[in-house]
Amino acid sequence: MLRIPCPWCGPRDETEFCYGGQAHVPYPADPSTVDDADWAGYLFFRDNPKGWFAERWMHRAGCQRWFNVVRHTVTYEISASYPPGTSRPDVA
Amino acid sequence: MTWQLTPRLPAQPDFLWAEAEPKASYDVIIVGAGGHGLATAYYLAKNHGITNVAVLERGWLAGGNMARNTTIIRSNYLWDESAGIYEHALKLWEGLEADLDCEVAFSQRGVLNLAHSLGDVREGRRRVNANQLNGVDAEWLTPEDVQKIAPILNISTDVRYPVLGATFQPRAGIAKHDWVAWGYARAAHAMGVDLIQGCEVTGVLREGDRVVGVDTVSGPIRAGRVALAAAGHSSVITASLGLRLPLQSFPLQALVSELLEQVLDTVVMSNAVHVYVSQAHKGELVMGAGIDGYVGYGQRGSFPVIEHQMAAAIELFPIFARAHVLRTWGGIVDVSPDASPIVGLTPFEGLYVNCGWGTGGFKATPGIGWVFADTIANDRPHPLAQPFALARFADGALIDEHGAAAVAH
Ligand SMILES: Cc1cc2nc3c(=O)[nH]c(=O)nc-3n(C[C@H](O)[C@H](O)[C@H](O)COP(=O)(O)OP(=O)(O)OC[C@H]3O[C@@H](n4cnc5c(N)ncnc54)[C@H](O)[C@@H]3O)c2cc1C
Ligand SMILES: [Zn+2]
Repeated sequence: MLRIPCPWCGPRDETEFCYGGQAHVPYPADPSTVDDADWAGYLFFRDNPKGWFAERWMHRAGCQRWFNVVRHTVTYEISASYPPGTSRPDVA
Repeated sequence: MTWQLTPRLPAQPDFLWAEAEPKASYDVIIVGAGGHGLATAYYLAKNHGITNVAVLERGWLAGGNMARNTTIIRSNYLWDESAGIYEHALKLWEGLEADLDCEVAFSQRGVLNLAHSLGDVREGRRRVNANQLNGVDAEWLTPEDVQKIAPILNISTDVRYPVLGATFQPRAGIAKHDWVAWGYARAAHAMGVDLIQGCEVTGVLREGDRVVGVDTVSGPIRAGRVALAAAGHSSVITASLGLRLPLQSFPLQALVSELLEQVLDTVVMSNAVHVYVSQAHKGELVMGAGIDGYVGYGQRGSFPVIEHQMAAAIELFPIFARAHVLRTWGGIVDVSPDASPIVGLTPFEGLYVNCGWGTGGFKATPGIGWVFADTIANDRPHPLAQPFALARFADGALIDEHGAAAVAH
């Protein structure tokens, strides 16, 4: 069981959250100019690292807000938790 | 049904395979000695006469998902492309023991896919129709028919997930996964394939856009062609080439009970409640759960997934309440956006991928071994692999099998 630190509510069990995949994947700035390969990239291709990963979570059973977490995908250690719209902190 | 306390288990062959030292170069290097890698090596040798082949395995042979899965074999997928590859595999399963000259305990005991909602019923009936059009055996069963096949199943209507019907594929079943791996390993070894354990591939060697070998923990090994069959670790290997794959790796768990008398002689799966169960040859109940909710490479799963799965299993099979969980384990599965595999050529000459089988690639083992070997030998996609090309994510021709494959199996 993960203990995920919500930036607003503090640490809670993973069952209170839902997952949003890789963080910092922006919607294309000018969609009408994006070609098929780049659309595929935006829609389907995500990093899948064995190591540190910045990902989105939503505190579904709590404050219902989205935020980002930096988590290690092997040890599951969490090194940062930060509000959306802020950049990935320089940890791990 | 024959009721037996100690079903006969065949004796292991005296000799399986011998460890090999890596040579300086090979015609083909296969990365990963799971079922897919081993079957690919076997068919490369048998169907194409290519025997200067090494299978490189990071850990031990079949120590990945191959010997962690719940061994369900079926071909009742929705789309024509899927029916093509999975039915090809099922036909090969039907002759596999004779072909490999080795028992694999393939047991065609049928698979039920339960429907618990109107949506499930519609999806199931549609899939039965599609299966029949593709020559795949499939029937739609009422709850009463379902109970005739699985008498211990609770079909009462006052439960959280009532059984409203089921699809049934009689030719589906289970096999002993480790014996399948050993059977392929033994037969491939006998034809000259080198099986090399403890040999992690750490990078891919290239000259321009051509792949010429791999880097390993035991040094570089050259190869004319490199074929990836690394399941949950595929992205890690291609990342060293800057090649991105549309995959996310997740832990998937399963568990077994103690040995019990035979109470279930078919396979029961339920998408909605994420549980699938069969009773293995020795008598243990084998149950699979869903994937964890987040990307992970830890070969263990999260406990809430098991709790949820057990609650559902006990509602469906009240007598399971007395059984005990003996062992749980997890494997790392490579999930693609459309729940279909990715097979074929890559932007790099001489590099072939076979991945994205996610929660359901065991059943495909003979079929994909056959098709991937043909793709590698001829440097073009086998017709059954063609629709599963990496290019489909850009051209939009997805093969959406979430209905047939959303549950892990
Ligand atoms: C709990 C669970 C239940 C499942 N149930 C079913 C089921 O009922 N029916 C079904 O059809 N499918 C099922 N599956 C899915 C199925 O097991 C997989 O899709 C299938 O095994 C994948 O092919 P494989 O056997 O070649 O994979 P694996 O056995 O995982 O083989 C990949 C191999 O590559 C090796 N490798 C990885 N990286 C490297 C590297 N860098 N260098 C060298 N070697 C490397 C790994 O160590 C591993 O041995 C299940 C999976 C799990 C985890
Ligand atoms: Zn919160």
